[in-house]
Amino acid sequence: MAMLTVEDLKIYYSTPLGHVKAVDGVSFEVKEGEVFGIAGESGCGKSTLVHSLILRKPPMVHMGGRALFKGKDLMTLSPEESKKIRYTELSIIPQYAMNALNPTKKIKDIVWDLAKEHGYTDREEVEKLLRERLSMVKLSPKVADMYPVELSGGMRQRATMVVSTLLNPDLLIADEVTSALDVTTQRVVIELLHHFMKEGIVKSIIFVTHDLALLDKIADRVMILYAGKVVEIGSTEEVINNPAHPYTRLLINSLPRMGVQYKKQKLKGIPGYPISLLNPPKGCRFYTRCPYALDKCPSEEPKLVKVGNEHYAACHLLGGESQ
Amino acid sequence: MKSEKLRIALKNRKFKVGVAIIVFFALFALIGPLVTPFDQLGYYPVKLHKMLLLKRSTPNLPPMSHDVIYAPGREINVTHYLGTDSFGRDLYAQVVYGLRNSLIVGLIGGGIATFVGLTIGFLAGYRGGWTDEILMMITNIMLVIPTMALLIIIAAYMSTRGVIIESIIIGLTAWPWTARAIRAQTLSLKNREFVHLAKLAGLSDLKIIIGEILPNITSYVFMVFILQFGGAILAAIGLDFIGLGPTRGISLGIILQNAVLWNAINLGYWWWAIPPGLIIALFITGLYFVNIGLEEVFNPRLRRE
Amino acid sequence: MSELLKVEHLTKIFTSGFIGGFEIRAVDDVSFTIKKGEIVSLVGESGSGKTTIGKLILRLIQPTSGRILFEGKDILQMSKKELRENYYRQVQAVFQDPFASFNPLHPVDRAFDLISESYLTDVSRDERKELVRDALRQIGLNPDEVLGKFPHQLSGGQLQRILIARALLLKPKLLIADEIVSMLDASTRIDVLNLLGDFRDKYGTSVLFVTHDLALGYYISDTTIIMYRGTIVEMGDTEKVFQNPLHPYTRMLLESVPDLNVKWEFKGIEPEKEEGTVYSLQGCRYAPRCPRATRLCFVRRPELIEFEKNHWVACHFYY
Repeated sequence: MAMLTVEDLKIYYSTPLGHVKAVDGVSFEVKEGEVFGIAGESGCGKSTLVHSLILRKPPMVHMGGRALFKGKDLMTLSPEESKKIRYTELSIIPQYAMNALNPTKKIKDIVWDLAKEHGYTDREEVEKLLRERLSMVKLSPKVADMYPVELSGGMRQRATMVVSTLLNPDLLIADEVTSALDVTTQRVVIELLHHFMKEGIVKSIIFVTHDLALLDKIADRVMILYAGKVVEIGSTEEVINNPAHPYTRLLINSLPRMGVQYKKQKLKGIPGYPISLLNPPKGCRFYTRCPYALDKCPSEEPKLVKVGNEHYAACHLLGGESQ
Repeated sequence: MKSEKLRIALKNRKFKVGVAIIVFFALFALIGPLVTPFDQLGYYPVKLHKMLLLKRSTPNLPPMSHDVIYAPGREINVTHYLGTDSFGRDLYAQVVYGLRNSLIVGLIGGGIATFVGLTIGFLAGYRGGWTDEILMMITNIMLVIPTMALLIIIAAYMSTRGVIIESIIIGLTAWPWTARAIRAQTLSLKNREFVHLAKLAGLSDLKIIIGEILPNITSYVFMVFILQFGGAILAAIGLDFIGLGPTRGISLGIILQNAVLWNAINLGYWWWAIPPGLIIALFITGLYFVNIGLEEVFNPRLRRE
Repeated sequence: MSELLKVEHLTKIFTSGFIGGFEIRAVDDVSFTIKKGEIVSLVGESGSGKTTIGKLILRLIQPTSGRILFEGKDILQMSKKELRENYYRQVQAVFQDPFASFNPLHPVDRAFDLISESYLTDVSRDERKELVRDALRQIGLNPDEVLGKFPHQLSGGQLQRILIARALLLKPKLLIADEIVSMLDASTRIDVLNLLGDFRDKYGTSVLFVTHDLALGYYISDTTIIMYRGTIVEMGDTEKVFQNPLHPYTRMLLESVPDLNVKWEFKGIEPEKEEGTVYSLQGCRYAPRCPRATRLCFVRRPELIEFEKNHWVACHFYY
C-alpha cells in the first residue's frame, strides 16, 4: 500500500535570473513498511524534494504535480493543516540533529510543548512514553529531566531521534542525518532507524543521503536523482548490483571499497560537473558528462523505462517504449 | 570588485534613502549656518566700536515670524525660520549649529571608538594568548561599567567642556563592544585556510595582515563606524540632555534640555522641542538605513536584486 | 626508502583561559615517520587530533613538546625566515574547505601569484604563466576556464584541483592533504584522490593524507595510522592494518564503514558510553568504550608494540 505518492512534482526556486529547476517532474511512491532511499550529489534536488513535503517557503515555489500522503495532497494543505500532521503523521529528523534541540529547555518540556500542540492533555502519559522511548534507545530515563547541553553529542543524537518519533509518525524523513557524523555514530543512527521500523513506531522512512554505500545498508528501494530528475529507481539490490543508467553505473564504480587500492586498480570518477539548473537542456541532463551520449540526448528527454522487476531508468540507451 | 559593490549599493533602495538623508543633513549643517545672521546661541551680534553686543528678539515667536532688532542707530529686520525660544534667541541658528556640533561629536567620537575598538580587537584576535587574555579582560571590565555613569562622572569633573572633549570622552567609552566584535571576526579569519596557505606561500606576518586579513574586515569596520557614529551622537545628546554637555556652545541635546527646562511643550512652544528631536530621529534613521543597506551589499545572501 | 619526516613524542595541549581553565591533550605523545615517496593516511574520527598533527607539521601551531624532524632537521628550531625561505618550499598543504582556501576578494589566480612571488623569483613572468597553465592542465583543468574567475564562480572540485596545482608548481617533498575530498561529491572525489597518487608517482612526493574515511585511506595509502583521542592506537602497512586489524577500536571502525556488498547485521542498540573525561585518562583512552577492557587498561597506557613486521598496535591485549 502506498504511504506517499508523488506525481510529476515540480519545485523551483525563484531567483532574479529566473527559475532554478531544483525538482523537475519527479514521481515515486513510498510504500508502507519500507525504507525508501533517495540518493544523489549536492544540488540534485534531494533535499529540496523532501523539504517541500514539509514546508515550502520562498524562494521555493511549487510549480506543479501532487504529493498524496494518506489521501491528502501535501502541496495544497493549509499551514494549519500541515502543522497538525507534523510529528503525528509526518516527521523529519533535522540534518544537524545534534544541535536541533532548544538548549534552554529540558527534554521533557520540549516534548510536552510539542505534544500539547497536537492535542495531548495528559502530561504524565506523555512523559511516561518519553521515558519508555529513552530506555528503548538505551538512554537513562533521567535524560528526560536534563537539558540538551548536559548530554554528549551521541546522546543528543539519540534524544533528538526520540523526540522526532515520539508521536509515532507514519512517515519519517531523515535528511542527510548521518553526513556530519563519525562512522561509529553513523552506525548507531542506522541501528536506531532500523529499530524504530521494527517496533512499528514509524511505518515508513525516507532516507536521504549522498552516500550510496550507506543506503545499501538500510534502504529497501532507492531512487537516484540527478540535476532534479529521476534517473533510476528500483530495489536497492537491483540498482546497486545491476545499475542500468550510465550515471548510476559510473557513480557506483567510482566508490572506493575494501580490497580496491590505487596501486592495483585505479578507480575513475565521472568527469565534468553537473549542469546549471537555471536553464537546463531540454534533453537528458547528464549528457554533458555521459561517455555514451547519443545524438538525440541533448534534445530529447529520456523517459523512465522498465529494465527489471519494479526497476526503472531514464536513458535513451535502454530503448524507447515509455512507462 | 570595488565598482561592482558600488553598483550594487546604488541599486539598493534602503542604502539610497539612507545616504540621501545623511547627505541632506550634512549639507544642512554645512551650509545652514551661512544663511543666518544669528550666532550659534541664537543671539544677534552687533558690532559697536570694539564691543560686541548680543541682541535678542521677542521671546516665543512661532516659526517664520518677522521681527525687528533695535541696534544703536539702526533697525534690523530679521526672520526667525524656526521661531525663538523663551529668551528671544533664534532657534534656527541654534538648530543648525547644534546639528553641526552633533555631527562633529559623531565623527570624532565614533571615529575614536571605531579606531580603538579595531586596534584592540584586532590585536587580541590576531596575537591570541596572553595579549588576548589581558586585552579582553580590560574590554570586559569596560563593558560592565555602565557607560552613562562613567560619562557623568568624567563630565562632572571637568569644569569647562567643549564639543571636542565631549567627543573624546564618548569615543573612549564606546569601543568595548566593537573590540569584541572585531576580535571575533579576526579570530575566525585568522584560522581560515586561505590565511594558512598564504603563510605556506612564504608571506610575512605583516603582508598577511595587510593583504589577506584586513581587506576582509573593511566592510565590517565600515558598518561598525556607522553604528558608532550614531551611537556617539545619541550618547552626546543624552549627556547634553541631563546637563553635562559642553559648557560653551550648543547642541541638539542642549536645545532639548532647555526646551524641557522651560516647559516649552506645556506652554505650546512646539517649535522649540520638535525640530531638534525630529532631526535626531531622522538622522539616526538615515544611518540605520545605510547600515542595513550595506549589509545587503556586503552579504550576497541578503541581496534581493 | 629513506625517512623524510620523523615525528617524535609530539604532544599538543590546548588550554583555555588562564584562570581556572581546562586543558585538552589533542595530541598525546605521538611518534611516526613518513618515508620518501610514501603516502601515509592518518585516519581518525573527529577529536582524534589528526588535523592538529597536520597543522603542527606545517608549524601553523606550536607543539607543547616533542620534535619534528624534516630530513634530519628539527623544524621547531627553525626561524620564521628559515621556514619561509626553505621549509615551505618543500612542504605544502591542501586543506579541507576549498571555499575557505581562497581569499574571496581576489580571483583564484592569486593562489599562484603568491606562491610564485616567493619561490619562483628566477622565472620570468611569461614563463610563470606558462608554468601555471601547465600545472592546471596536468590536473585536468582547462586554464582558460578557471583563471581570472572568483572562487564563488567555481565548484568545490575545481577549487580543490587548483590548490593541488598550486602545490604542484613547487613540486614539494611533502604534501599535507587534510580531508581534501570530504566536501566533494562522490563522483569527483576519486579523481581528486587519484591526483595525489599521480603526483607521488611523478615527483616522488610524500603525502600525509588526513582523513576520517577509512575506505579512502585504504584506497590511496601505503601506510595507515589509526588515531583515537590524540593517541595512535594502531599503525603499519595499509594492507596489514585493514586485513588484520588488531586494536578493538580499529575493528569497530572497520565494522562501521558501510562497504558496498558487505551486508550489515543489525545488532540492536548499544548504550552510549560516557567518555567525557577521556582526555585526562591515565590509561588507554579507548578503555571506557572497549568491550575487552580490564582494570589494567584504565590504569596504564599501553605503548605501541610491533606485533608483526611493519604493524604496530597499542593495546594491552597484545603484550
